[in-house]
Amino acid sequence: MDQIFVTIKQTIMNLAAPILPDWMEPLLSIKISIVAIAILGPVTMMYLTLLERKVVGRMQNRIGPNRVGKWGLLQPLADGIKMLTKEDIVPTNADPVVHFLAPVLIVMPALLVFAVIPFGRNMTAVDLSVGLLFFIAVSSTTTIAIFMASWGSRNKFSLLGGMRSVAQMVSYEVPMVLSVVPVILIAGSLSTNAIVEAQGGWNGFKWFVFTPWGFFAFLIFFLCGVAECNRSPFDLPEAESEIVAGFHTEYSGMKFALFYMAEFMNSFTISGLCATLFLGGWQGPVLPSWLWFFLKTYALIFVMIWFRGTLPRFRVDQLMALAWRFLLPFTLVNILVAGYWYFARGPVKVAVATGILFFTFWALSKLNKVLVPEKRIYRFAE
Amino acid sequence: MFYGSGVLRGMLVTLKHFVTSYFIRRSPETMRSGALVTLQYPEERLKEKERYRNFPFLIYDKTPDNLRCVACDICAKECPPKCIYIVREFDKDGKPLKRPAVFDIDFTVCMNCGICEEACPFDAIFMDHEFEIAGGNRQEKLLFHKDDLLKPNEHFHKIRPTDAETIDKRLREADEKKKAAEAAAKAKAAAAQQSSQTAAQPPKTA
Repeated sequence: MDQIFVTIKQTIMNLAAPILPDWMEPLLSIKISIVAIAILGPVTMMYLTLLERKVVGRMQNRIGPNRVGKWGLLQPLADGIKMLTKEDIVPTNADPVVHFLAPVLIVMPALLVFAVIPFGRNMTAVDLSVGLLFFIAVSSTTTIAIFMASWGSRNKFSLLGGMRSVAQMVSYEVPMVLSVVPVILIAGSLSTNAIVEAQGGWNGFKWFVFTPWGFFAFLIFFLCGVAECNRSPFDLPEAESEIVAGFHTEYSGMKFALFYMAEFMNSFTISGLCATLFLGGWQGPVLPSWLWFFLKTYALIFVMIWFRGTLPRFRVDQLMALAWRFLLPFTLVNILVAGYWYFARGPVKVAVATGILFFTFWALSKLNKVLVPEKRIYRFAE
Repeated sequence: MFYGSGVLRGMLVTLKHFVTSYFIRRSPETMRSGALVTLQYPEERLKEKERYRNFPFLIYDKTPDNLRCVACDICAKECPPKCIYIVREFDKDGKPLKRPAVFDIDFTVCMNCGICEEACPFDAIFMDHEFEIAGGNRQEKLLFHKDDLLKPNEHFHKIRPTDAETIDKRLREADEKKKAAEAAAKAKAAAAQQSSQTAAQPPKTA
């Protein structure tokens, strides 16, 4: 059961081996992986939209879509048909090339990063030695596509959304990458597979999240990940109450759907990577490895949806303050603590690391406290 | 409390709603936060409230030609958007009868205000509970004639029992009073006749 997908692929390969020439075999292997990912990505995206609508609906005491098919299970298909048949509008003053390229380009990094996600034991499409770096580098190119969309639309709301997106990405990329450094430090590798294998002990429960530095790194990484895929409460680039729909204001039909696809696939891959780095990836007892991976990933996606059902949107200055004044110093301390953890031995290191981190948390929250004067001072309204 | 604890508290609230909405349906007994409020409309319906009112109907007692409307035209005059059109019925000699020949209400104009019901001195027009009267196109029937508007008193009793009861009581009392007055007048006339015949005897009190 654990290797069912690997076995299926191997069977196909074995069946094809007598027919194909030798040089085609690696190509076929690549092709099978690509097809699997190209199916998994969009299907995941389609059903994530349904899941999100259902969960947010229940949080607001509603039922959510339930008309198309049993429990609304065909709703994504209905949405897809609707999106495909809609008129594709390009504004007169838009830059047609950039406007057209942006939705195409935004899907590419979202699909590319699937390559390094370890879905289960022996189930990484490409086991790059720099997998983590590849993930971070490729996923941050989404910003370019978003900015292309906002610039190509020639709409002030789009442009505002794009600029917000760039500002947000630049700010949150820093603590995100820095929060991963402790993991690389302890695991000693940038390969996602090696990172998962480093969390193998304790009957599959030696996850990094159970260490003090791992716990805080996990929280920071997850928050930054939510900000990276522009989801609530960090959805400033597409804040509908402020700037219509942000960078995708001028998009309709399937192009609009492609933006959504990229967003949901990003949230899937970010959750997947978060599970890989901190929650032990496919490690876990009894159940097959790929099921463990999907369980953890979907738990994290549920938390993302839960955020969306709960939290109001940040203001731009609050967003920046959180990234630069809280998360960034915290990750720096976290790296030092991870370094200490690597060299220290015995139970003392747990106490010391926990102490330092909680003290940092306390100190940073004190330093970040917003000064509210007792009596409101009106400087200009006398 | 620590940094971010407000966020956690808020998330607990939504989680509570997420879980409870699977188990509790909102009804008058379970009016509490976290209960599922959605009603799947065409399949499930709210219980109609007695005081709900929408679009008037004409009331009749027992048989459809025995309607209470006397074509006095007061409702048509009071109607703010002027959606009621009444023509009085005449008999063969050209004598006006106390009932309408034409009674039309234009549904596209009626604003369901209920002023016709307030204004009617004969308790003949009342607001209905019918609300699924939307049409799919302009050619559908939107002008309601007398026959479409007629509904029996039982219908009124069914939808608004309290109002129907008081109005019936009032009508009954008025009827009895009228009958009593008639009887009294008759008796008085009879007595007068009797007294004129036998002037010596004092008249009996009625």
